[in-house]
Amino acid sequence: MRRLALSDEILLKTDKPVRYIGNEVNSVIKDKAEVDIRFAICFPDLYEIGMSHLGIQILYSMFNSWDDVWCERVYSPWIDLAETMKKEGIPLFALESQEPVRDFDFLGITLQYEMSYTNVLQILELSGLEFYAKDREDNDPILICGGPCTYNPEPVADFFDIVYIGDGETRYRELFDLYKKYKYDPAGYDRKAFLRAAAKLGGIYVPSLYRVEYETDEPDSLIRSFEPVSDDIPRIIKREVCMELSGASYPLKPIVPFMKVTQDRVVLEIMRGCIRGCRFCQAGMIYRPLRERSLETLKSFAVQMLESSGQDEISLSSLSSSDYSKLPELIDFLIEYAKDNKLNISLPSLRVDVFSLDVMSKVQDVRKSSVTFAPEAGSQRLRNVINKGLSEEDILEGCKTAFLGGWNRIKLYFMLGLPTENEEDMRGICDICDEIARLYYDLIPKEERKGRVSIAASTSFFVPKPFTPFQWAAQGTKEEFLEKARFVNSEMKGKLNSKSIKYNWHDAGVSVLEGALARGDRRLSKVLVRAYEKGACFDAWTETFHEETWLEAFEETGVSLDFYTKRERDVSELLPWDFIDTGISRGFLVREWENARTERVTPNCRRQCSGCGARAFGGGVCYED
Amino acid sequence: MKIRVRFTKSGPMKFIGHLDVMHFFQQLLRRSGIPIAYSTGMSPHQIMSFALPLGIGLESVGEYMDIEIHEAAPSLQAVECMNRHSVEGIEILSFKALPEGALNAMASVTAADYEVGFREGFPPSFDLSAAMTGLFERDSVTVLKKTKKSEKETDIKPLVYSFEAFKDRLLLKLSCGSVDNIKPELVMKALYGYHGTELCDYALRIKRLDMYTGERDELRSLDSIGNDIDDQGDNNRV
Repeated sequence: MRRLALSDEILLKTDKPVRYIGNEVNSVIKDKAEVDIRFAICFPDLYEIGMSHLGIQILYSMFNSWDDVWCERVYSPWIDLAETMKKEGIPLFALESQEPVRDFDFLGITLQYEMSYTNVLQILELSGLEFYAKDREDNDPILICGGPCTYNPEPVADFFDIVYIGDGETRYRELFDLYKKYKYDPAGYDRKAFLRAAAKLGGIYVPSLYRVEYETDEPDSLIRSFEPVSDDIPRIIKREVCMELSGASYPLKPIVPFMKVTQDRVVLEIMRGCIRGCRFCQAGMIYRPLRERSLETLKSFAVQMLESSGQDEISLSSLSSSDYSKLPELIDFLIEYAKDNKLNISLPSLRVDVFSLDVMSKVQDVRKSSVTFAPEAGSQRLRNVINKGLSEEDILEGCKTAFLGGWNRIKLYFMLGLPTENEEDMRGICDICDEIARLYYDLIPKEERKGRVSIAASTSFFVPKPFTPFQWAAQGTKEEFLEKARFVNSEMKGKLNSKSIKYNWHDAGVSVLEGALARGDRRLSKVLVRAYEKGACFDAWTETFHEETWLEAFEETGVSLDFYTKRERDVSELLPWDFIDTGISRGFLVREWENARTERVTPNCRRQCSGCGARAFGGGVCYED
Repeated sequence: MKIRVRFTKSGPMKFIGHLDVMHFFQQLLRRSGIPIAYSTGMSPHQIMSFALPLGIGLESVGEYMDIEIHEAAPSLQAVECMNRHSVEGIEILSFKALPEGALNAMASVTAADYEVGFREGFPPSFDLSAAMTGLFERDSVTVLKKTKKSEKETDIKPLVYSFEAFKDRLLLKLSCGSVDNIKPELVMKALYGYHGTELCDYALRIKRLDMYTGERDELRSLDSIGNDIDDQGDNNRV
């Protein structure tokens, strides 16, 4: 039997030892002597979070389909085990072989959210690797990252050897072939030469080959220039886009975890991208254009994945599933399959209308599930500013249909701190909630009610993100955020139907830090290291996030938090991420920023093309008839 | 048709808990295409029950799960197919049809065999045989037993049906099930307490060997209750 990296004694003392043993159904074991490249792919959070991430499964299955590559998984050890590993000198290992990450050719880390950055440092420390790329040795694994945070990788740029920007399906084969050339060079492996050659492939950013200069040495100085070190290194890096999704690699044999993980079901990515153009949403911009997978492909995938895993639940994944052109046909197929095979179907991100409510009633227990809206803003004016095309009428009509269909739980998502927000907008949040409650009591006679209607409203705090029209916006301070939440809270309590409404809000301190990291530059890497050295880790978890540690880290390194968050940028400013070309033109983002401030609505891609630039990719929704 | 499945749990699989084992089998049965029956009602679930949970850290070659299938499935093929879809550490040993009216494993289990060994570096520092004999010669063997709510001094002598002591391991036949359940760790706690030696938590390597039904002097292995199903040439997806 496979030998585990951790002794029985350590595993028995550790919380949920099943996180660290691997051996799952559909996990891949190869003979390391038979492969040329060993790739350790990492989701920098706990196993149960990482195993729910589809991106890793896609890359894992694609890499392992290549005979010359063996890809294994790594996740963040929880704090208890991390302590033990440091004390006992046990190096971080990959789950499949149970062997040290340090022995691998590549360590790839996905960056899904900024608050996972300290976990990246934990992974490096436990693997026995220096944080900064410049301090690492020639035979250390190449550290590569991917995921949405690569659209501004600057705060972590100094840690990574390579940043892969865009869809992972396209460029890895070339990268691996290039690597093999250098690895097996009879003259010896020249790491720097490999990185130099990699920088010339598309979608690949090698931070060490670019220099940033600031206006002054002051913490609040702007970037003066961002240049490659030589002319043969590309000035602008274009994002990778996989245009043919139906033919692209997909995990038809998903790994099945033993323990209950957050997303414990087969996930079908039905399409990538979104047509709605909400102005705060980074995903809606960086995944353009909308590209669908064909209906036949999805049906085939669903059956194969369910059979190879034995899972009894399937979920459709996309940014806005109601916009999938063949949704009724796909759902009919799944419902039919479910009849013979006892399958549960989960449908997140659906618009609330008669069609989806009908579907939802077929697949869910109406008494237990809730109907969700994401108006994001409390007034039509502010919804127009953020281009969220959802009217109060849509919401009330949707609720009416839901109530008549037997639902009595409504969830509403809002944001506080959006650009141009005023008190009337905030009051609007409470007004909508109260309206919905009133609608329920007016519509459903007392005898037919199953108790009170339950309305759960929550507000997150707005974080401006790169490559959105709001990338120049000022972000609120923690004090401003809390004041807004308190305002909404007290207004909500004053409503007629307040007993039917529950209101909660996100952590304001985390939102501000996220804001700094999202729009930060290379000067933040020392803040990250200092915060980590002071104990910051698992910052995405409420119980382990300590705001004080971070604020002290900023203080001690002489970096200004406010500089990154409070400032509204001028559109002429050189932004840390301007060297990336997402295919969405700067002109479009500037126009949308202006449209936002004049409360003009931009129609969705299927209604009318707004000339964002994605058309140049030659496919997807831009070329639908 | 009610089926009793015997399986092992060893190696890395000793670290997954009972609920995870259930979860694993639910998916294994689906992958294997075994025609398992589902309950009726709002949230149908597979008709499945286990004899007795196994603590984390313990291995076993005698675990039992009862399921209900709605179509006959030949034993040989069922075992082979399930093993093909299983993982290292969980091996299916048998797949037998239970007679009409047989109680399920959970309701019928009354005893279990355990082998208690010692991990490298933690050998017993005394003569096991002499100590066990001495301890069980007494009229009663009391030990502090922790329950969910409290601690109670319990006489475990009547629950230890028999034992065999060797130089470096012990075989224990213990009462178990819903009525009088005793874990091997408790017997070891009593033994070390009797000898006056501290028992290190991680010293023991415990393996459950089999489970039984019936009265103390007429124990029958749970495996002996059912019968193999012949190949009937049915069109089953196994």
